Amino acid sequence: MRIVCPFCGERELGEFTYLGDAKPQRPAADAGEDAVYDYVYLRDNIAGVMSEHWYHGGGCRAWLKVTRNTLTHEITAVEPAAGAGAAKVGA
Amino acid sequence: MKYSIFSLARAALSGHQNWQRTWRDAAPKDRYDVVIIGGGGHGLATAWFLASEFGIRNVAVLEKGWIGSGNAGRNTTIIRSNYGLPGNTGFYELSMKLWERMEQDLNYNSMVSQRGVINLYHSDAQRDAYARRGNTMRINGIDAELLDQPALKKMMPFLNFDHARFPVQGGLLQRRGGTARHDAVVWGYAHAASGLGVDIIQNCEVSGFTRDANGKVTGVETSRGKIGAGKVGMAVAGSSSRVAAMAGLRLPIESHVLQAFVSEAIKPLLPNVMTFGAGHFYVSQSDKGGLVFGGDIDGYNSYAQRGNLPVVEDVCEGGMALIPMIGRVRLLRQWGGIMDMSMDGSPIIDKSPVEGLYLNAGWCYGGFKATPGSGFVFAHLLARDESHKEAALFRLDRFRRGAMIDEKGQGAQPNLH
Ligand SMILES: Cc1cc2nc3c(=O)[nH]c(=O)nc-3n(C[C@H](O)[C@H](O)[C@H](O)COP(=O)(O)OP(=O)(O)OC[C@H]3O[C@@H](n4cnc5c(N)ncnc54)[C@H](O)[C@@H]3O)c2cc1C
Ligand SMILES: [Zn+2]
Repeated sequence: MRIVCPFCGERELGEFTYLGDAKPQRPAADAGEDAVYDYVYLRDNIAGVMSEHWYHGGGCRAWLKVTRNTLTHEITAVEPAAGAGAAKVGA
Repeated sequence: MKYSIFSLARAALSGHQNWQRTWRDAAPKDRYDVVIIGGGGHGLATAWFLASEFGIRNVAVLEKGWIGSGNAGRNTTIIRSNYGLPGNTGFYELSMKLWERMEQDLNYNSMVSQRGVINLYHSDAQRDAYARRGNTMRINGIDAELLDQPALKKMMPFLNFDHARFPVQGGLLQRRGGTARHDAVVWGYAHAASGLGVDIIQNCEVSGFTRDANGKVTGVETSRGKIGAGKVGMAVAGSSSRVAAMAGLRLPIESHVLQAFVSEAIKPLLPNVMTFGAGHFYVSQSDKGGLVFGGDIDGYNSYAQRGNLPVVEDVCEGGMALIPMIGRVRLLRQWGGIMDMSMDGSPIIDKSPVEGLYLNAGWCYGGFKATPGSGFVFAHLLARDESHKEAALFRLDRFRRGAMIDEKGQGAQPNLH
């Protein structure tokens, strides 16, 4: 598996660290126990196309959002993840 | 059929032409008291204990491929009970005791080999942690010995004791740990369960659940038609999320790939199973002479049943760091298996929130050693509707209650366990 970092180009997998499913959103502070349990512990664990967070620690150190098929390992899109680093790119 | 010295002699003298089938390849009936999804070690062990211990014999095991085609036939065969946390300590020892009598119980040679499992330590802090774990084991009546460097040098002189970064200082040894022939474990349970009337149904993929008006599970839909069931237990290893989703459940589980490796056969070298406490590398030598080894999971969600190269490199580096001489041994085979990685690294054996559906899931990469224990406590749960005392902490609601069993102390991040 190789990931095409939008900042660094195509790099081997060893340069990246995986965080997991990009879908869970941190609930509001007063959202209640169910929402927090859901966010921290429960996962769709998709067999197929999934959007996930990877960190390019061996390169530009940006967080990336990668669209990948968990059945085939095929990657169809890589974009900067929302956040400080990505905001600068857009500017 | 029953194996004995006479049956072996008879088969040998007739040129090995007259071996009988060891289990019946059954066709599905309309209804069973209990249907188990998944013909791996856990599913088959559950069926055997249901029949042999709990008197429930109208049982079917449904397997989408052939029995043992999942992780039961892909693992590196290590068995041990050297766990330190409440919940784990007693459960894995229950399992170890069942390994020790498995061949007699099943009338099948599963090649349980108690050659010892040694976890190496490389720093003072790690020695103290292992001493503590060893003490926990001994308090609970489990064997453990803390070896210092001279003792270890006698046993395994070929280790790289003077490694600059991770010098081998000693190890925690469990002599009763070791390995078992994984395929034979599957075949043995199938052989024994089938003998008690359990139907083992291969090429039968579960694709959905039938439910009554109250939502209770009443059976399964399969590639071989609908099958009714009083209770349904799932023991589908890396497919737990997918099967649970058919009943509308989301689980605290991610599926990850773990790779394993086998070298060409060499003369007897390794006396036991050994793990590298500082990196992540574990190795034993098979009876055929190959070194069987592995390391970390690949670390990202995967259902691909194959891994990637960075882990191959990492595992081989781990091996070289400990036993430099194996750099000259050629790699014969490599493969991957998909496992459930639960949020705390421990299993879930519990009723599910859907009535009639029972969970045996989340085994991460240590679930082979659990096979007999898991089968026993899951059968207990299915038969009596209450957890066995050694599985009482493996409940699904432990995450919500903050009562996780996090043996590695890593938090809720499956790829770190
Ligand atoms: C490379 C590797 C090395 C490992 N090494 C060790 C080790 O040394 N020691 C240890 O203790 N553990 C080890 N493990 C972990 C261990 O193998 C697993 O935790 C354990 O085998 C899981 O239980 P099982 O044997 O029942 O699973 P499996 O054998 O995977 O059984 C599950 C079965 O369910 C079937 N199934 C799935 N979905 C369906 C469906 N919809 N319908 C019907 N059937 C279905 C599958 O085909 C499969 O046969 C290792 C795992 C891997 C991958
Ligand atoms: Zn980059």
